[in-house]
Amino acid sequence: MLMQKSAGNDVLLDVRDLETHFVGDESTTRALGGISFQVKKGETLGVVGESGCGKSVTALSILRLLPKMNARTVGGEVRFHGRDLLELSDREMRQIRGDQIAMIFQEPMTSLNPVYTVGRQIAEAVQIHTKASRSVAMAKAQEMLRLVRIADPERRVNNYPHEMSGGMRQRAMIAMALACSPELLIADEPTTALDVTIQAQILRLIADLKERTGTAVMFITHDLGVVAETCQRVIVMYAGSIVEQANVIDLFARPAHPYTQGLMRSVPDQRRGRQRRLPEIPGIVPSLREPIVGCSFAPRCPFAIDICREKTPILRDVGSSHAAACWRAEEVMGA
Amino acid sequence: MNGPLLKVENLTKHYPLGTGFLKKTIPVIRAVEDVSFSVEAGETLCIVGESGCGKSTVARLLMRLVEPTGGRVLIDGTDIAGLKKDALHAWRRRMQMVFQDPYSSLNPRLTAGQIITEPVENFERLSRRQRQALAADLLRKVGMSPEMMHRLPSELSGGQRQRLGIARALALNPSLIIADEAVSALDVSVQAQILNLLLDLQQQMGIAFVFISHDLSVVEHIGHRVAVMYLGRIVELATCEALFARPVHPYTEALIAAAPVPDPTRVRLVAPVEGEVPSPINPPRGCAFHPRCPLAVDRCRIEVPPLVPMADGRVVACHVRAPATDIPSQPAEVGDHSLAHVLSLMIRS
Repeated sequence: MLMQKSAGNDVLLDVRDLETHFVGDESTTRALGGISFQVKKGETLGVVGESGCGKSVTALSILRLLPKMNARTVGGEVRFHGRDLLELSDREMRQIRGDQIAMIFQEPMTSLNPVYTVGRQIAEAVQIHTKASRSVAMAKAQEMLRLVRIADPERRVNNYPHEMSGGMRQRAMIAMALACSPELLIADEPTTALDVTIQAQILRLIADLKERTGTAVMFITHDLGVVAETCQRVIVMYAGSIVEQANVIDLFARPAHPYTQGLMRSVPDQRRGRQRRLPEIPGIVPSLREPIVGCSFAPRCPFAIDICREKTPILRDVGSSHAAACWRAEEVMGA
Repeated sequence: MNGPLLKVENLTKHYPLGTGFLKKTIPVIRAVEDVSFSVEAGETLCIVGESGCGKSTVARLLMRLVEPTGGRVLIDGTDIAGLKKDALHAWRRRMQMVFQDPYSSLNPRLTAGQIITEPVENFERLSRRQRQALAADLLRKVGMSPEMMHRLPSELSGGQRQRLGIARALALNPSLIIADEAVSALDVSVQAQILNLLLDLQQQMGIAFVFISHDLSVVEHIGHRVAVMYLGRIVELATCEALFARPVHPYTEALIAAAPVPDPTRVRLVAPVEGEVPSPINPPRGCAFHPRCPLAVDRCRIEVPPLVPMADGRVVACHVRAPATDIPSQPAEVGDHSLAHVLSLMIRS
């Protein structure tokens, strides 16, 4: 009945009940409250939500990149090729990271090493995961820079990150991520720090490369416009949980969760008139330090009734491959 | 009162690179080059452009936080450059600023109440009771509870902090607020709250805004007129309706085409504009956009295009779309950014 259970052969990554906490001196923050979803082979899955909803923590939990000091993935499974990534040794995990699963981040300047040339950093990634010699790896680095359409790759391969513009650095990051032909690319706000014309170029690049290589992409963003343009399926997160999951057309046409609906309506849209007051989502995001009773969105929800404040809704089917965690999803879709 | 509230004439700002010791010529960053516009009372003028286009430098020049290299800023007809300390101090009451980052623009050691009443205390002494009454009043104006006045910024959410920044700007009853990327750091649901607040304040108090942003959907929503900047210069200035319905400058067109639209059924037919913004230290000759422009002709590589008035009242700096003649020309491109227009763009490129 639930789409997560219909795991076929086309499933690449199968996340089940993933739960991550941040442990502090005085309190524990439940950053991820047990989420389940799948990434299918070759698809682009959008993960959308506002600050603190857990979208980046999801990515970092999957790749086990959270600081060991205070972050604990306390439950769940991350199945990739039949293996649970959470059970692997650090060494086995390192072999998967950057090879079968790669990641790109929002700010390429902070994820590139400033003291090595871009070419050397790409070549290093290639050498770690293949037995390639230094010169073969450098040639591969140059080829990758050409693939991501950096002009003059023969020269650029010897550039340091600071010698490149923001857009070019993000291209270099993508080149590094794709150098080992990963099956899954996790992109965490890859265009958020870029200007809009450069963003358009990078989105086009990711789409083209995906088409060519068949890599599945998990695209994390806060921008509904970017989701609409790049993703086939979308997960909407709120307060550490998935509140809605649907293909992109259905999600925008008939949002089934009041949070998704509120989010979409609060984006300025000229089709609804200029200089008008925008529909607001009242209130603020709940603290994840306190246990939440009932639906986490209920205090801000125009649809909330008694049951919402008492029982936590689980993600349930509301249409074909469309699920929402809302007691009143059918009414929300009609509204 | 006659004439515009704010008039900016040929404003220019060059930043020298280094001191030029023992050198004849010092390279300069041409941050703002020959920028002119005006703002009427109660109007919102937006300035849009990408990083490095000079929009934030314009904001600082308007506030006289930096001194211009050339040009004038007139408030009610008075040139602020000529003002001495006292007069400048008095004039600052008329114009206030709201910043992008609500985290770094508020003093973390002051309470919310102290932060928002501080501007007034620069001008007059307030008794404890007056201060509390003023703080409560300002907090209510920005939709916050007066009890919040005892909180520190660290105890407030991002949206609440931005409301504080706005309350502080309102404290002196300014006629003009300069908002530099005031909603850019906020989540979209919080952004909607702040945009509503700005619209309400304008309606209730008749405040004019210079609203600086890189976000076209926000600009289109709250602006009356828009100036598009590229590499230090205004390339197009028009009413919001006209600019978004029918961009004339190829850069405006590229910017609008590049903005992602939250509609998955929309098919993007036009390829994104190529290349990146050139360095303002060594800008291209002629029109700064020519290396990326699909329409560029020889003249664009040599001559800087002047801002030419069009029949619908907008001004455009483009040799191809707005050639300089004695009579105001019709916009070269008829249509809108609908399918037909996008198709025509695609065919050209």
